[in-house]
Amino acid sequence: MAYEKRISGRALDEPRKITANAGVIKKADGSGYFKIGETAAYAAVYGPRECHPAFMRNPKMGILRCNYSMMPFSGDGERVRPGPSRRSKEISMVTKNALLPVVDLKEYPNTVVDVFIELPETDAGSRCAGICAAAIALADAGITMRDVVPAVSVGQVDGTIVVDLDGAEEHLDENAAADIPLAMVPSTEEITLLQMDGIVEQDTLFRALETVKPALHNIAEAQRRAVKECYQQQAGGDAQ
Amino acid sequence: MDLRVQDKEVVVPGQVVATGMEYLPADGAYRLDDEIRANRLGLIKIEGKVIKSIPLTGVYLPQKNDVVVGRVIDILMSGWRLDINSPYSAVLPIKDATFDFIAKGADLTKYFDLDDYVVAKIIQVTSQNLVDVTCKGQGLHKLDGGRILKVGPHKVPRIIGTKGSMITMVKKATNCRVIVGQNGRIWLSGEPDKEHVAVKAIKMIEDLAHTVGLTEQVKSFLAEQTGLSADALTVKEEDLVAERPKDEQRHRRPPRRSGGTRDGPRRRPYGERRQRR
Amino acid sequence: MNQERKKHIVRALAAGVRLDGRKLDEFRPVELKVGVSSTAEGSAMVKAGDTEAIAGVKMGLGTPYPDTPDSGVLMVNAELLPISNPEFESGPPSIESIEVARVIDRGIRESHSFDTKSLCVEKGEKVWMVQCDILPLNFDGNLIDLGGLAVLAALRDARFPKVDEEGAVDYHEKTDKGLALQQLPVPITVGKIGEHLIVDPAQEEEQALDARLTMTMLADGTVCALQKGGQAPLTISEIKEMVKLADAKSKELRKQLLEVAT
Repeated sequence: MAYEKRISGRALDEPRKITANAGVIKKADGSGYFKIGETAAYAAVYGPRECHPAFMRNPKMGILRCNYSMMPFSGDGERVRPGPSRRSKEISMVTKNALLPVVDLKEYPNTVVDVFIELPETDAGSRCAGICAAAIALADAGITMRDVVPAVSVGQVDGTIVVDLDGAEEHLDENAAADIPLAMVPSTEEITLLQMDGIVEQDTLFRALETVKPALHNIAEAQRRAVKECYQQQAGGDAQ
Repeated sequence: MDLRVQDKEVVVPGQVVATGMEYLPADGAYRLDDEIRANRLGLIKIEGKVIKSIPLTGVYLPQKNDVVVGRVIDILMSGWRLDINSPYSAVLPIKDATFDFIAKGADLTKYFDLDDYVVAKIIQVTSQNLVDVTCKGQGLHKLDGGRILKVGPHKVPRIIGTKGSMITMVKKATNCRVIVGQNGRIWLSGEPDKEHVAVKAIKMIEDLAHTVGLTEQVKSFLAEQTGLSADALTVKEEDLVAERPKDEQRHRRPPRRSGGTRDGPRRRPYGERRQRR
Repeated sequence: MNQERKKHIVRALAAGVRLDGRKLDEFRPVELKVGVSSTAEGSAMVKAGDTEAIAGVKMGLGTPYPDTPDSGVLMVNAELLPISNPEFESGPPSIESIEVARVIDRGIRESHSFDTKSLCVEKGEKVWMVQCDILPLNFDGNLIDLGGLAVLAALRDARFPKVDEEGAVDYHEKTDKGLALQQLPVPITVGKIGEHLIVDPAQEEEQALDARLTMTMLADGTVCALQKGGQAPLTISEIKEMVKLADAKSKELRKQLLEVAT
């Protein structure tokens, strides 16, 4: 029996409802908020600023440092202990690698750009939401970057390719579901994050990568709109 | 073969600003195949066939001759280290600190202590972003009293306004003394009930820096807050003249005689020799 | 803090004006919202000026402490997230964050607003552990008062999750049962700069404080917890004045609290 009608009633290639904002954290140099379904992420950018510890400095260009963290009450089950875990450290690393291909920090040698990501609630797809929020924050901070970075997951549930799995779908059938979180540079369609849990045939994998593209382009538009709206809202208020 | 944006439009990274080969990308824009895209958040500026984007946000990068407001963060063997609201700190060497003579081994905190704020001018920036500043010159000195405000460094030109018109209006309305550093640090001091109005006005300019008709908006805000008429707030040419720094008294004033003795003075190049009585 | 800046603040306070134009006894307008995190059993968001914090409650089953076999556990934690301020760094909880958590925790515990015995499922074996985390998203001062408010709102918003036949918690379903709070212990911090007393200090004012006193107030004006901070001493007449101020301010905030969460 194939999975044809999604639990949430969404179309197969339809992501959950998206909210994207910029400039949400006043004390930061740039910030973003990205919510997809019941998964929400805040991101703040501090810097470029002086890099500590000194041994991490790169005299050729600034470095990017990402920190993904789930709030203790944001997990599906029991309280998540605060502080870094194996999982959060790995996600921090792949987040950095997902963002690095677009940012250009040559103008800021010896400095660091710190990106902090905090999730107040999660329901699958938290690393993707974190990357989406972080890209908004970087753009809001005025960092030179050739494009934004949208991220979403694509997967297979009972042989059917679906975009943006939610928690219920992830848990539907532990053996038959495959979950592929990925991030893309929209202008060149290069993939900057690619992971997978589950089992999938080669052909299905390639089809999945094509299926998810429109959703990623839509998310990129939402990200760009979020950064722009910060300025348009104020300009709108100006006219009154 | 056409433009996708208008002059002064806000653009974001990755946004297509023009297609075809007719236009050329400059700062803040790049070419990808037959498209020109923005590579940072900014305001589009079209100059003939050249498209660039002027940054709206971002950190301060030190530039020679900028006047900045620095904070003393370290006292060195031969000067002070200043935080200049930038990823790169600056050094104020003893020889550039004051026209007074500072004896060797003197307690440097008597001149500038930790956490003091100073107005300084950048005299050198190396390729490695090592920065030297001076406090010798008109309007360069330690800041006593007052408070410090931080704004986006890229909003500073708007806060100052054409020939200083915007900041002069704020000063006129609130009677505050204001020093705007190019690095986005602003020092201000005035009567308590007026000072926070000046702060709010400056924040307003910062928030609306990318909009048109800002002067009128700030004027009506200040009029509403202070009860002054819009006429009284209009900045005239003579206000701007008064705004210019006083004559160069600091240069002319003979240096105070220091009580200290100077052991083993280093020979200086002629230009740097102190004028001593 | 730089003495020149501080002198300037004190001079303004003498004229009855604070850095942002507030009066000395004026709180920033407080916004409070509950149900901000779907994964928490209860949650709240508080906002005042540029301070914004989120509190979330998680409930789980665990074994009671040996000395109190028939009591559940309520614990408040705080962390000064580096996302919220350039001055905060990643790493183990700082002493500032521990103080915030402990002062809020103490108010709730000592007010007996909450019967921990009602959290007992099976004596000596199984009790409810209620953990409340308070995290700033934007930090501009006064996290004790605002965090305390968010914690109370989140606790009022909290509903027990369902427990299945095998005795395991089913976090996907909530029951109607809430935590019966008897009291609302509202913490109010009064700061002292020079000779002047202020409420709800912003970050810059906090850095200039000579001393502060947090008083956790109950509805009838009773004080249920105290915490003096800062290095300057306080006179008894100052303490009297601070308590009066705290009583008045706590009444305003309590009213707001009653409006948002049940």
